[in-house]
Amino acid sequence: MSIFDIPTLDLARAQFAFVVSAHIVFPAFSIGTASYLMVLEALRMITGKEVFLRIFEFWKHIFAVVFGMGVVSGVVMSYEFGLNFAHFSDKAGPVIGPLMGYEVMTAFFLEAGFLGIMLFGRNRVNKWIYMFAVTMVAFGTLLSAFWILSVNSWMQTPAGFAMNDVGQFIPQNWWEVIFNPSLPYRFVHMVLAAYLTTALVVAGVGAWHHIKGTADDAVRTMFRMAVAMILVTAPIQIFAGDQHGLNTLEHQPAKIAAMEGHWETSKGAGLILFGIPNPSQERTDYKIEVPYASSLILTHSLDGEVPGLGDFPADERPPMTIVFFTFRIMVGLGFAFAAIGLWGGWLMWRKRLHEPGLFHKVALVFAPGGFLAIIMGWFTTEFGRQPYTVYGHFTTAESVSNLSHGAAWAALIGFVVVYAFLFGSGTFYLLRLMRRGPESAEPVENTPQRAGGVAGAMLANDVTTEKEEAHV
Amino acid sequence: MSGFAHYLPDIWAAIIAFAILTYVVLDGFDLGIGILFPFLGSEENRTRAMNSVAPVWDGNETWLVMGGGGLLAVFPLAYGIILNALYVPIIIMLLSLAFRGVAFEFRGKTRRWQKLWDKAFFGGSLIATLAQGAILGGLLRGPEVTDRTFTGGPFDWVSWFSLGTALALVAGYVMLGSAWLVIKTSHGLYDLARRVGQVSLIVTLGFIALASLATPFLHPEYYHRWFQWPGVIWSAVVPLLLMVAGFGYWTAIRSDRGVVAYLSGIAIFVLCFAGLGLSIFPYIVPASITIREASTTAMSQGFILVGAAIFLPIIFAYTAYAYWVFRGKTSEHEHHY
Ligand code: HDD
Ligand code: HEM
Ligand code: HEM
Repeated sequence: MSIFDIPTLDLARAQFAFVVSAHIVFPAFSIGTASYLMVLEALRMITGKEVFLRIFEFWKHIFAVVFGMGVVSGVVMSYEFGLNFAHFSDKAGPVIGPLMGYEVMTAFFLEAGFLGIMLFGRNRVNKWIYMFAVTMVAFGTLLSAFWILSVNSWMQTPAGFAMNDVGQFIPQNWWEVIFNPSLPYRFVHMVLAAYLTTALVVAGVGAWHHIKGTADDAVRTMFRMAVAMILVTAPIQIFAGDQHGLNTLEHQPAKIAAMEGHWETSKGAGLILFGIPNPSQERTDYKIEVPYASSLILTHSLDGEVPGLGDFPADERPPMTIVFFTFRIMVGLGFAFAAIGLWGGWLMWRKRLHEPGLFHKVALVFAPGGFLAIIMGWFTTEFGRQPYTVYGHFTTAESVSNLSHGAAWAALIGFVVVYAFLFGSGTFYLLRLMRRGPESAEPVENTPQRAGGVAGAMLANDVTTEKEEAHV
Repeated sequence: MSGFAHYLPDIWAAIIAFAILTYVVLDGFDLGIGILFPFLGSEENRTRAMNSVAPVWDGNETWLVMGGGGLLAVFPLAYGIILNALYVPIIIMLLSLAFRGVAFEFRGKTRRWQKLWDKAFFGGSLIATLAQGAILGGLLRGPEVTDRTFTGGPFDWVSWFSLGTALALVAGYVMLGSAWLVIKTSHGLYDLARRVGQVSLIVTLGFIALASLATPFLHPEYYHRWFQWPGVIWSAVVPLLLMVAGFGYWTAIRSDRGVVAYLSGIAIFVLCFAGLGLSIFPYIVPASITIREASTTAMSQGFILVGAAIFLPIIFAYTAYAYWVFRGKTSEHEHHY
């Protein structure tokens, strides 16, 4: 089969998956950074210490760039449903549309309304209003996550609806729709993921400056804060993930079978640490198993029954290979993060956190790890609910728009090329900002600057800019 | 169902129309500034122009999300059909908006590539505007629909008419952008904005005249609306009102009353919008799906109406506050951090 035979349906899915995967990276980081900035501003108000202002200004520049990319990729998202899944929009719109409407009205406007003040207004409003603006931006990012996860969770575990005569999902009970069975788990797990991801980035930047010997007190302070955050959130995240899995077992057993790599429903099932699913033979090859552990984790008893994918009709099975591996990558990273947290906590306790050593290198390597875990987690979730968009009720094949094959190809290529260029450049600028460190992020009050937008502090450092660019 | 529920679709049609109009007049001025970007003369002028919109453009663009999200919430069938039918220009619009949106953040990050991001800001603004105009033109011609599904082809929206609406929108946004620059800047840039404002007003009115002549012939339905009682009253009054608004813009922009010029520009857009509404109503997808056919249940429309009644006034309050915080003329040294 040549690539031009790929069905239009799969092109639409690929486009959606690509665009949403690119988007999630930015909100995940801005949810965490917005809350971090709120904490920093509060600490500065309480303690009056200048160091918190310097950390704040440093991460504020980074936040602005990330947020900008989150907005442009988010605006695309709000149209993606109709563009690629017109029938899904028609049928599920009565339920998910109002939730997304609430997201716009309670979260997006709130963030946008106070963002300008947060980025440019420190000298124009008093310190309480400034603190309020920072808080509203942070609160807005969390509300946004709440609503969009409510939408997604409803698609995974639909509740509180009936069908009408043209086949639309019609809400019956909004409470049941919004607080559908998987929402609490997904929301907690996702927000923790955002915080953990941000803490890993902050720790990575701190580690880099330790390695380069440019760790001033601002860098040391943020490094300690980040390590403490990892130490606390990583173990909670593992627990939250486990609870999430139990919820999935109850509502989406086929997904659990795919995640676990089981083909036969069995009692006392082993936990497959590694293996290679073999869908055509309906078995998992090269298994490394811990006896009884799967039953123990999922049912809390040694001989509990665990579902196997073979018991589901062939056309209702998610693609096991993808789900199996993406799930393992996420979980593996989760345990690695917990280990990093413990190691850093131990060093902090022994007062050796700032001494040069292997820990800094490891923290640097894992700086982008949270993003990978998030994407792997979403792949598990989204591939695991195939072939449905609304689980058990409406399939992906029924959802798709009436698209021409050529237009779908052109759009997919267009998104990949444009996103690679724009977000590639953005990532490059972010890394450069991070490399400069807080000492270059002068507090606003005294530097007159020339450029617009986030431009600010950068042009003040033109000399370095030119020099660095010569190396690229 | 009570009497109130009966009017929910109309109330929502009005709210969505309002959101789209708000988007057009707010993002319109910052897109207009993007289109003017290469013609602003100096580097300083460009920086100043961009600084004048940097704190507010994100909020402006959120109205686009409100328009799209609102459509999905209350008229999901129309959302699906319209986005499916206008797939190509909508994707072009979204990608262009991405280019210009990141340019705000990226242009000051680099000396070497600054020119590139300036071009991205200009090109993105121009193409997004053209695409929006083409979307309007394509929609007015009425996508082909059978059995709740768009059944036309990907390029049905291409026509002389949609080319006209695309160019008209460029002129209109430049008109709004010029008024904004008159409000926010002084000397050099300001003189330039006043001249451009006058030209763009004339061009805009010219396009409106052309589009008004063409619209009635797009569809027999439109013809009836405009040339039969009671629509014919509108057909007579609207041009008069347009002349009044145009005159208001003209005199204001010549005499440093930027706010009056901007409000007159808004009036021109409102009048065109009302004319469009008159042509289309009660359809939401012209000539195939009516507002009522596209409506979801009262359960959905009522639920989100409660939210709109509570949150829209709050949104207006803090948006107005944000504009007020950044009031006055923008200097070159502002809005950086
Ligand atoms: C930093 C990110 C991160 C980390 C370290 C983990 N996860 Fe996770 N996981 C996510 C980020 C995430 C996510 C992105 O937030 C997902 C995707 C969709 C969702 O609801 O959460 C997710 C989904 C997800 C699901 C699928 C839920 C479903 O759709 O049915 C399960 C069962 C787990 N996770 C379990 C775990 C376990 C046992 C972990 C232990 C190490 C773990 N996750 C670490
Ligand atoms: C933000 C992180 C997310 C990522 C990385 C992600 C990833 C994916 C992937 C990989 C697919 C393709 C699955 C397949 O076709 O087999 C997909 C499909 C889809 N996802 Fe997500 N998703 C995310 C969040 C969401 C959210 C929040 C929603 C709903 C509000 C959503 C709704 C959908 C829909 C409608 C599809 C298309 C139908 C389908 O192919 O299943 N996704 N997503
Ligand atoms: C788990 C998945 C998602 C989360 C947690 C999330 C969260 C956020 C957050 C916090 C923002 C604010 C901008 C930023 O911080 O970068 C944002 C922007 C945005 N998101 Fe997402 N989002 C998700 C997926 C989606 C999906 C599936 C859609 C489309 C239906 C969407 C639509 C948007 C839009 C339109 C914006 C821009 C809003 C603006 O103009 O301020 N998001 N998202």
